Amino acid sequence: MNLRFPLMLLMAWGVQTAQAEVFEQRLANGLKVIVKEDHRAPVLVQQVWYRAGSMDERTGTTGVAHVLEHMMFKGTKTVPVGEFSRRIAAAGGRENAFTSYDYTAYFQQLHKSRLPLAMQLESDRMQNLNLSDAEFAKEIKVVMEERRMRTDDDAHAMLQERMLATVFQEHPYHSPVIGWMNDLENLSAGDARAWYQRWYVPNNAVLVVAGDVKAKEIFALAQRYYGAIPARALPVRKNYLESEQLGMKRLVVKAPAELPYLEMAYHAPVLRDAEHDWKPYALEVLAGVLDGNESARLNQALVREQQLASSVGAGYDSVSRGPGLFTLTGTPSEGRTVEELEAGLRLQVAKLVNEGVSEEELRRVKAQVTANEVYQRDSVFYQAMQIGQLESVGLSYKDIPLMLKGIQAVTAEQVVEVARELLKDDNLTVAVLDPQPLSGKSRRTVPAGGFHAH
Amino acid sequence: MRTKFLIALLGLIAITPVWAGPQIQQWKTAAGTQVLFVENHDLPMLDVAVNFVAGSSLDAPGRSGVAGLTHYLLDHGVQGLNEDELAKRLADVGAQLGGSFEQDRAAITLRTLSSAAEREQALDIMARVVQQPTFPEDVLVREKARLVAALKESETKPESISDKALHKAVFGQHPYALPTSGELADVELIQREAVVEFYRWHYVAANAVVAIMGDVSRVEAEAIALRLTEHLPQGGVTPVLLPVTMQIDATEQRIAHPAKQSHILLGAPGMARNDPDYFALYVGNYILGGGGFVSRLMHEVREQRGLAYSVYSYFIPMKQPGLFQIGLQTRKDQADQALLLVRSVLKDFVAHGPTEKELVAAKQNIIGGFPLRVDSNRKILDYLSLIGFYQLPPTYLDDFTGKVEKVTTAQIRDAFARRVDPRRMATVIVGAPMGEAK
Repeated sequence: MNLRFPLMLLMAWGVQTAQAEVFEQRLANGLKVIVKEDHRAPVLVQQVWYRAGSMDERTGTTGVAHVLEHMMFKGTKTVPVGEFSRRIAAAGGRENAFTSYDYTAYFQQLHKSRLPLAMQLESDRMQNLNLSDAEFAKEIKVVMEERRMRTDDDAHAMLQERMLATVFQEHPYHSPVIGWMNDLENLSAGDARAWYQRWYVPNNAVLVVAGDVKAKEIFALAQRYYGAIPARALPVRKNYLESEQLGMKRLVVKAPAELPYLEMAYHAPVLRDAEHDWKPYALEVLAGVLDGNESARLNQALVREQQLASSVGAGYDSVSRGPGLFTLTGTPSEGRTVEELEAGLRLQVAKLVNEGVSEEELRRVKAQVTANEVYQRDSVFYQAMQIGQLESVGLSYKDIPLMLKGIQAVTAEQVVEVARELLKDDNLTVAVLDPQPLSGKSRRTVPAGGFHAH
Repeated sequence: MRTKFLIALLGLIAITPVWAGPQIQQWKTAAGTQVLFVENHDLPMLDVAVNFVAGSSLDAPGRSGVAGLTHYLLDHGVQGLNEDELAKRLADVGAQLGGSFEQDRAAITLRTLSSAAEREQALDIMARVVQQPTFPEDVLVREKARLVAALKESETKPESISDKALHKAVFGQHPYALPTSGELADVELIQREAVVEFYRWHYVAANAVVAIMGDVSRVEAEAIALRLTEHLPQGGVTPVLLPVTMQIDATEQRIAHPAKQSHILLGAPGMARNDPDYFALYVGNYILGGGGFVSRLMHEVREQRGLAYSVYSYFIPMKQPGLFQIGLQTRKDQADQALLLVRSVLKDFVAHGPTEKELVAAKQNIIGGFPLRVDSNRKILDYLSLIGFYQLPPTYLDDFTGKVEKVTTAQIRDAFARRVDPRRMATVIVGAPMGEAK
């Protein structure tokens, strides 16, 4: 988990004034179309979000959501292999896709005049994908290389992967987005075809267009390109829950590295009702109080004053389909141990719970949220991304102002209350990276975290 | 087929000029600081960057890391404020102070709301960070220890190991060979005096380039530029950067590593920022390995054979010719196969150049995608810094698509033939196939 996590998350909440510029329509086949107008530059982004991510996979076929994402670039009945990318490139576009636990999304960034092309190609692969055995056989090798690069050869990513498999014993967040290597080795083109058949339908998708466009024209274009794609019944979605944890869990991961690393993960609620929930907002502020800036509690106390750690962090993501986590992370200074660092982090939590949070700290975190709400409007891509993410996890872009209000309403007492209630041992998994010398026969890797770009 | 492409291209050209890109205003302060400014009131925010000729290439041999540590410590204590007070004041107004550090350049950046109170407080901090850093001894000792730990960690990572080895092999004795954060052994010895001296010598007004983008007027921008630079130290004479030796010997290093993948890099001296071959090499590289999913390397290595997730080539244009690099990661047992393939793709490209069809496609993407390069305040700010720092023409952005349009296949073939010799490149393989490690 890197330190930017909490800030990025805060950035995900904003656009107080966005309502006026966001328009929504649902096509008869169930496709939800959302348009965000931003006329600063003659560009746009099209994103199609499918509400199918790795958490919808089953045992034995982990990684199939992400593999299918790769296969979506391998041609349709009328568009040969490689041609999708060639046409987007020839239109001056940039494109990619990403898969997370919760969703799979595809995007193109283009001059505003080139949307019809992007829509034609994207709607075509929503229904006509040509999933050949030969292309699958090549692409699965690429995905295995991707796994080696992102996870197997990166110590922190490996720790993250094994930790989540320990934190979640029942919930599908147990398995990594990229899939277990053994599952990838056994995956077939048939598995990918079944996945495509099951989830790639307009009634399971959200189309987001942001940029220098007029909503009315976008709705007409969407109808023209996506309107005729038939809806299909979706499988019943299981409501996976993780049973209550019955005591602290600990794990050690050995991997080639120089420095040890510590991650402490506590189960935490996520946002379900943007108007009435308050704990996710309080957790968000808690992360900001602990790690929102260079002078926030963890860095000031553990890195600067005590010099117990060379880096520390706190992270929490309130927006997800499945259960949430509040994490504390850190690398001990040379000569200090992970045990000392763990004790140091615990002491900071205890101090917060016992002594409370100052109004000054609270104001500071909220000021950052307010400013970030403005800054994020500098990116058309990000604005679309925020909408797509919320829609994909069962929230709505309409929740954005509620979320901002929710953060501003958090009190010092609420921050203390969520810390007291959630940051306790029975709710905790502690993962430690035990660094191994390079001469050893083990291996190393990178946070497979949320996304895997195509 | 050919006609179809040409028509499409003409279509793009007709579209592009309709939109006027950012209107750059440019002036110099009395002390010689260059200022580039784009006024834009769409969003109530302001981005500022101050760039100095103070990158790692100014580190003296055997004393590497001083330039990087100096830059890093700028915001760790200023006159009147310690590091915590400083960070709190920035956070109180939601401002983001950042920076970047490269071989040529050290930059400090600020993003703030443009409303008066917030802007005032944020600029006050930035002005002190740039002009009145105090480099407290205790902070320096602490941050040095953190840097040393990070450098030790990086020496276990195949990406860092290969990158470092490649720079050494390509640049030899030139300062571009040094890691930007310095060599571990050198960093451990850095004393405060060296940092203070480096700052006083190199962070000077005549060397500074200020970029301002966003919600202020010209008059306000002029005042901001002065405020950020008028109290800079007098400084010394910037040493002239040695020329890069363009011809290197072919080398191949195989470095053992327990990773599952081999990290393969090939490199050679590439091109300078103001290189006459810039556009030919830039467009050519798009075709070879720069153009995302449609490049030759991507097609041969990934799409056709599934040998790698990532394979690319790029030039890093700098004051002196920077690195030309090809890179990929692949399972250990197929590393040699992948390396042979990459070499043959490169050899073929250098010998024959791109096809007319490839060139048309490249131009369509680069010209048609031009608006995406300047579609946010952040991106425009970066261009302002770039144009000012490397003394590119003020019309650089206006001329960009025209220059790309003029590139021919013959120019690309000629430029690559003169600049990239596949027989004289450095190769580094970290996590090399077993049994062959040296």
